[in-house]
Amino acid sequence: MAVTERSGQQKNGRQRNGRKSDGRRAYRSYLSYIDKSREYYAAHGYPQPYQWAYNHEVAFTPLSKPLSECTVGLVTTSFFRAGSEPAGVPAARPKRPYAARCDDALEGLYNNDLFWDKDNTHTEDLDTYLPINRLREFAAEGRIGAVSERFYGIPTDYSHRRTQRNDSPRIEEWMRSDGVDVAFLIPL
Amino acid sequence: MVAGSARDIVEECGVARFVFTDFPLGNPTGKPGDVAMQRDIVGTGLDLLERAWLPRTTVQTPYVWEADNNDGWRAHFMRVDDSNRDALAAAGEARRRDQAAAKADGRARTT
Repeated sequence: MAVTERSGQQKNGRQRNGRKSDGRRAYRSYLSYIDKSREYYAAHGYPQPYQWAYNHEVAFTPLSKPLSECTVGLVTTSFFRAGSEPAGVPAARPKRPYAARCDDALEGLYNNDLFWDKDNTHTEDLDTYLPINRLREFAAEGRIGAVSERFYGIPTDYSHRRTQRNDSPRIEEWMRSDGVDVAFLIPL
Repeated sequence: MVAGSARDIVEECGVARFVFTDFPLGNPTGKPGDVAMQRDIVGTGLDLLERAWLPRTTVQTPYVWEADNNDGWRAHFMRVDDSNRDALAAAGEARRRDQAAAKADGRARTT
């Protein structure tokens, strides 16, 4: 695997590999998953494109107290593998929103059924998609107050209605009862 | 605060604060095994919590997936061209057959 470079590390306007770091392009550099997936599923014979969420108005809440006093809660789209779920926590099939102890996730979660780039990477390192350890380090250093003892799982549902009316309120309820001040949402 | 790699999907939806890392889907908070990078991305999210003052604030982290060939993974993912068009159509047919069979059996729909 190639060495990761920060794109800011440039020498005379070029990255260390000698490629020009800046330039001109006829297309945006990052992928449009909306465009890609529409074409991909059309090629599978699904003519009706998926209707992605769009919101003109977006909520914003400033922090009400210093981050060093805030409890941070993590939300993931990964689930426990069937058979390895803690007691009382739903596994991957059928999916329901859940709350589980962070300590129970440290061995990793199941997400092979989700759509991610399995040819180019893997999810064997929990902190690449559910950074419990990294956040706990920030808590130990006093950058944040604490990491919530529980994290929260939300199904990737085709139905916006189920996500908005059923799953999200359930997770908000768990976060409030756990004293979470700040939510870190990390879709895979 | 959202950390993710599907920039258009998150920005179309609209979120308060977004830390975007231009990686293949699967590692939105850093490369496997790269603790320093993971820490930097999560730390950027914490910075954003404190410093953003308007919704739809996106910050892109400075990382590139593969310095020598950073367009390779992009071209490969969900590729549709003449080399695989027939195979994709066949896969779609097979999936619809499976779904019809599952429905006939009364099996629960999965996401």
